Amino acid sequence: MNSSLLDVKDLYLYFRTKRGPVKAVDGISFRINRGDTLALIGESGCGKSSLAKAIIRLLPTNIDTYKGHVYLDGKDIMQLDESKFGKLVRWVKISMVTQAAQNSLNPVIKVGQQVAEPLMIHEQLDKKTALNKAKETLSLVGISKAFADRYPFELSGGMRQRAIIAMALTTNPELVVLDEPTSALDVLTQAGIMNLLKRIRKSLNLSFILITHDIALSSELADKVAVMYAGQIVEFDDADRFYRSASHPYSAKLMTSVPTLRTDKKLEFIRGLPPSLINPPATCRFAPRCPYKHGRCSEDPPSFSLRSDQRIKCWLYSVEGVD
Amino acid sequence: MYVKAVDDVSFKLNKGEAVSLVGESGSGKTTLGKTILGLYKPTSGEIIFDGKELWNSKSNDLMHYHQETGLVQQDPFGALPPFMSIQRVLTEPLAVHKIRSSSEKNERVHKALEEVRLTPVDDFVNKYPHMLSGGQQQRLVIARAMILDPKMIIADEPVSMLDASVRIEILTLLKDLQDKHDLSVVYITHDLSTTRYFSEWIFIMYAGKIVEKARTKELLRNSLHPYTQALLKTIPDPDPDNRFKPRDIPPGEPPNLVNPPEGCRFHPRCIYAMAGMCNQKEPPEFEVEKDHFASCWLYG
Repeated sequence: MNSSLLDVKDLYLYFRTKRGPVKAVDGISFRINRGDTLALIGESGCGKSSLAKAIIRLLPTNIDTYKGHVYLDGKDIMQLDESKFGKLVRWVKISMVTQAAQNSLNPVIKVGQQVAEPLMIHEQLDKKTALNKAKETLSLVGISKAFADRYPFELSGGMRQRAIIAMALTTNPELVVLDEPTSALDVLTQAGIMNLLKRIRKSLNLSFILITHDIALSSELADKVAVMYAGQIVEFDDADRFYRSASHPYSAKLMTSVPTLRTDKKLEFIRGLPPSLINPPATCRFAPRCPYKHGRCSEDPPSFSLRSDQRIKCWLYSVEGVD
Repeated sequence: MYVKAVDDVSFKLNKGEAVSLVGESGSGKTTLGKTILGLYKPTSGEIIFDGKELWNSKSNDLMHYHQETGLVQQDPFGALPPFMSIQRVLTEPLAVHKIRSSSEKNERVHKALEEVRLTPVDDFVNKYPHMLSGGQQQRLVIARAMILDPKMIIADEPVSMLDASVRIEILTLLKDLQDKHDLSVVYITHDLSTTRYFSEWIFIMYAGKIVEKARTKELLRNSLHPYTQALLKTIPDPDPDNRFKPRDIPPGEPPNLVNPPEGCRFHPRCIYAMAGMCNQKEPPEFEVEKDHFASCWLYG
């Protein structure tokens, strides 16, 4: 049950630009167990979506550096060439729900056919078999089979998002990357999608990587939490520990900016801006905004493990302590 | 065919107070905001500002009203013309309202930028919107809304495009401006959890109607309308136990406003719906407790 599904080691993804490489994913390592959900949180521009794209290898053309190891079921999928990756990994073992995807359905093709398409491509099923399987997946996500014959405009925003999720599930992947899966939806619709995700991950023993900037929402699914800042993971922790008391100064500050509905708290915000990813400082990247900055922070800290499932990239947690 | 986007809505907003208009998309909250701003002429009804009815007066007065009200839009980048420098973005409303002396213009631009903390001002005046971060762009939009020294600000989802920390920064800024200038603020949002911290009143909208009105703390502690109760139940606070619990959601979707259901508009989704009552007669507004109103037959 507790076996490792995805193991990412020293992953780098830099984009080429006129002003120099943008270090969107800068030396990232983490692990996800089978059936676990990892919430990847951080502010826009911190590299969360780039990390997802690096894992599922959906890359633009302006790549400067793309290296590291991504072990899926123990096998390093970074070693696969593009055609093998497409055959063995993408949408077969790892699929994705992209941001604002409910608007990316083709308006002139019936919903059922669009959900069936991955099956025809990746499992070489004929159209009829694929369509039948697509209908099953649609009913799994709460859309009645009759809707397979409808066009996207006949579906509400929430139903379209369910259809997109069906498209990601129809090939029975082991891991689904959800990039802001509910960001354009209303509160009640969002809660409905979250209920659906809670249900299917249990019934299918699925793993999710949930990418979001909405921290309260991330706690709806997360078993583990990774906080990204300026292209790096600064904290990786168990959800039970993280939402009660985050450890890294950035995570802790971020949590003080999350309003709560049921209790009063003093809201705070983080002054200043994150560094540019073109030329990030060689110091700790959060140091210029950090309330606990001290001498050691001029040096980039490694990740310290206090417990087996916790890693914090901050000198405050080094074994010898703060000098 | 008519879309009854805002249907029989009444409320009062006091000087220096902020009200949150909360509702889902299509509930009419933005239409209500634009009507309050005088951008739409209401089909019927009155908007009384400072004792004067808006649409019964001469066009001069409408111009004057626009001077006294400011709008903060949802998407700051979309709301700022990309080809205008900050100086021009801020002097445009002054030109429209015939403030022509260049010393006064400069003084106002300086003051507005200082108020939203885009300082040192001289570093910013000649920049263009794309050179600013999302949070800075939104502060510029607020500076533009403030430049004519308004008495009221309508902020339509002012932080929904921004990150957690920047959200709080912008909302704190709006609150400071509200306190400092004794501004009235209409904060249009779908995000109930921020309303707790940034407004004195909450009005809940559903399908073109205000279904519940109360002071913020009272509404969150003691919600009366079944729709408000359903809404509150679906909003998570950060808590690791959330992942084990599915949330209660009312069935169905909000009605089509071309042809809304008879009676109470929420009755097809309501667990307390009483046959022969809720599906026939539209509930009026009941003052259930002092300053706490609900449009629901449970309280009739």
